[in-house]
Amino acid sequence: MARLALIVNGQPRDVDVDPDTTLLAVLRDELDLTGTKYGCGEGQCGVCTVLVDGRPVRSCLTRLAAVRGKPITTIEGLEKDGRLHPLQEAFVEANALQCGYCTPGMIVEAAAFLASARQPSEADVARAMEGHICRCGTYPRIVEAIQKAAGKRVGVYEGRSLPRSSVSSPLRGGG
Amino acid sequence: MSIIEPERYELLEGPAYRFELERRGFLQLLGAGLLVLLVPKGAAAQEPRDLPREVGAWLHVGEDGTVTVFTGKVEFGQNIRTELTQVVAEELRVPLENIRLVMGDTDLTPFDLGTFGSRTTPIMAAQLRQVAAAAREALLDLAAAEWKADRKTLVIEPGQVVHPPTSRKAGFGALTHGGKIVQAVAEDLPTTPTNQWTVAGRSIPKVNGRELVTGRHRFVSDLKREGMLHGKVLRPPAAGATLGSVDAGPAAAMPGVTVVRDGDFVGVTAPSALQAARARDAIHAEWKTTEQPKAAELFDVLKKAPARSDDTEGRLPPRHAVGSLPEALAAAHKTLARTYTVAYIAHAPMEPRAAVAEWQDGKLTVWTGTQRPFGVKSELARALHVPEDKVRVIVPDTGAGYGGKHSGECAIEAARLAKTAGRPVKLAWTREEEFAWAYFRPAGVIEVRSGVGEDGRLVAWEFHNYNSGASAIRTLYDVPNQVIEFHPARSPLRQGSYRGLAATANHFAREAHMDELAHALKLDPLELRRRNLKEPRLRAVLEAAAERFGWGRPRAEGCGYGIAGGFEKGSYVATCAEVAVERPSGQVRLRRLVAAFECGAILNPDHLKGQVEGAVIQGIGGALFEAVEFEEGRILSDRFSRYRVPRFGDVPRVEVVLLDRKDLPSAGAGETPIVGVAPAVGNAIFDATGVRLRSLPLLPGGVVKPEPEARGGG
Repeated sequence: MARLALIVNGQPRDVDVDPDTTLLAVLRDELDLTGTKYGCGEGQCGVCTVLVDGRPVRSCLTRLAAVRGKPITTIEGLEKDGRLHPLQEAFVEANALQCGYCTPGMIVEAAAFLASARQPSEADVARAMEGHICRCGTYPRIVEAIQKAAGKRVGVYEGRSLPRSSVSSPLRGGG
Repeated sequence: MSIIEPERYELLEGPAYRFELERRGFLQLLGAGLLVLLVPKGAAAQEPRDLPREVGAWLHVGEDGTVTVFTGKVEFGQNIRTELTQVVAEELRVPLENIRLVMGDTDLTPFDLGTFGSRTTPIMAAQLRQVAAAAREALLDLAAAEWKADRKTLVIEPGQVVHPPTSRKAGFGALTHGGKIVQAVAEDLPTTPTNQWTVAGRSIPKVNGRELVTGRHRFVSDLKREGMLHGKVLRPPAAGATLGSVDAGPAAAMPGVTVVRDGDFVGVTAPSALQAARARDAIHAEWKTTEQPKAAELFDVLKKAPARSDDTEGRLPPRHAVGSLPEALAAAHKTLARTYTVAYIAHAPMEPRAAVAEWQDGKLTVWTGTQRPFGVKSELARALHVPEDKVRVIVPDTGAGYGGKHSGECAIEAARLAKTAGRPVKLAWTREEEFAWAYFRPAGVIEVRSGVGEDGRLVAWEFHNYNSGASAIRTLYDVPNQVIEFHPARSPLRQGSYRGLAATANHFAREAHMDELAHALKLDPLELRRRNLKEPRLRAVLEAAAERFGWGRPRAEGCGYGIAGGFEKGSYVATCAEVAVERPSGQVRLRRLVAAFECGAILNPDHLKGQVEGAVIQGIGGALFEAVEFEEGRILSDRFSRYRVPRFGDVPRVEVVLLDRKDLPSAGAGETPIVGVAPAVGNAIFDATGVRLRSLPLLPGGVVKPEPEARGGG
């Protein structure tokens, strides 16, 4: 077992786990952040997607040591004070989900994409999202939702940027 | 109750559970208010103190005005949670946000055979309309009695009863005055005509959309129970293998690990999933394998169909024969005999199956994503040797199934582990297990022989389906001489229900064959169908699809058009496809799919459009590249990197045309839209290249060899 200091959705979260535990399992089983899902365990489906330093990663393949001290954002971190992120609203309005299991991963990936994309075309969006599977087949609506949200000046760290100093503070305990 | 299709092999085990009387505890739980129960026509009207034996649906209006609807149906993404809320809101005249649906809980909801077969809309929605209408009438009765008013002068406004002459009003909940009122009503109340709908028929967004986009909704694999352990099961190396010796010593020695062995079942529990996986991997087991067919032998094995076996006795549709087939074939201007095949495909829902099982004072509760909570309840009772009233199955809204989550294997495994461990156990299948140990859509061989006159009218039609199934095996085309038969077979792989059942395979064979006939006669494929089809609803969707698509326009360079029409489960679909083929590579690109769909009166247009789009996009996989790869009982395609499913880049322009027949009863729509994709695409590929593909998947390699047969040849 090892103690690790993580930063999840702007909060410091210390965990004490087998160092071989994946980030996905830590989020779901230790921190009870179950919005991020298990889909395949081989990084092929995208439902486990979280952001590390604003970039999408497949948490099912991510070792804890690699994300120690780096800001991790999960689907739970996109809402602010009960207000939905523009992508979350756009997905609901476009009915871009059926069973909803792939939806958190899609939204988190899109959040990172939109942080740098301006007026993305359908092809741009499809390319960015290619790593995600939706078995219910809502792809066209997901593209529509992402394009709509793009028009709403979306940023991942909107109003929530972490000062560099807290990220690089020294860690306590092993790791 | 309708016939269970013969290809629902996974349902073969045991009878479904029948509802029992002892639910007094449930009545206590509900609290004050009005409880309305729907009993089938013919059941005696009574003053129920206990719940009557056969109850189709029930609804409770609480003192605070909350309306709780109880249904044995489950939500798997097909949006019935929203649709059923709409029909209740329509009849009861209560705001949507006042309505709560309790779904798929065997302790709380009425018995239900299962959420499959596109039955929720035609049957459950109709029942809920009845019970909601009954509740409305009961509330009017209460108000009339309390206010001593003429019932005819009362009106319902959203959530309340109003007496305009005196301006008295009361909310629904208030009218019950803290009492407990139970009322049974037989089906037969008039409900709101479709042309007066104000809530049903509108594109209301998903009622629980917010819970899903925020990640707050707990799927089964998200649940936690106090003291919960994680389970893992040891899997055989191949189908048909039996367990020999087991050395679980190293696993049992690991801290916190419990090993369970029961016959061929070996599993472990541990405090974390990682520890459970390590423990399972530390078990040495020897398995006795049996000889299993090679993949190359598949279609030969399927054709060696046994005569009607015990398995399917009573469920097999009889051989259908009209007229005189041999004479008609002999006299036909042209005959055509062709063989079509379909591969096994996997459901691959995004949520692999999972179960959380907990024993408490001799009662077993299992949370699991199954389309048959009552069926799984029976399976659990049998497998764990407990009476059925000691088992409760709860189905949270689940991450899809497409017909693949009917059986209770994961629930039984979790329950067995929890029994020995003495603590709640969560068992979440991995993706590999989901690919390898669930059941598949059946593979099949379909032989078609047809005879046609010079005028393009069909005179003979012979159609044999081996193994795949009997759904949509009969043709809607007018043919005076027919022999149509389904032949069950011994399948090398576990198989069962899949969205559309055998309708996909049977429509592929039929509509590809019609296309072959059209080209043989140098007739336009749509024109051939027109000459042989009187059924007006199918004609309507064919014309609507063709019109939206622009059927008959000149094709762009390297492009081809295909059309297919279908009927299943009370609804009608027609699909047009446009493909582009690059030369010289033969790479095929799907450019456009147009689907016209009609299912009677539409309850929620945007959700329906989404269901049609979703089924069509899923259908692309089975049409073009999905196939289970196996060899001698081992599943080789046990992960997404080995089993290709449609992704963003595979989706062409998809257009849906909905025909809203408010004059017809609402039919289900979850399945039928899938059936036209494969034949339309196959026909389009022929149109572009002259190459006729008769096997699904059409293009496992993505490329069609550009060796054009002469157009119209066969």
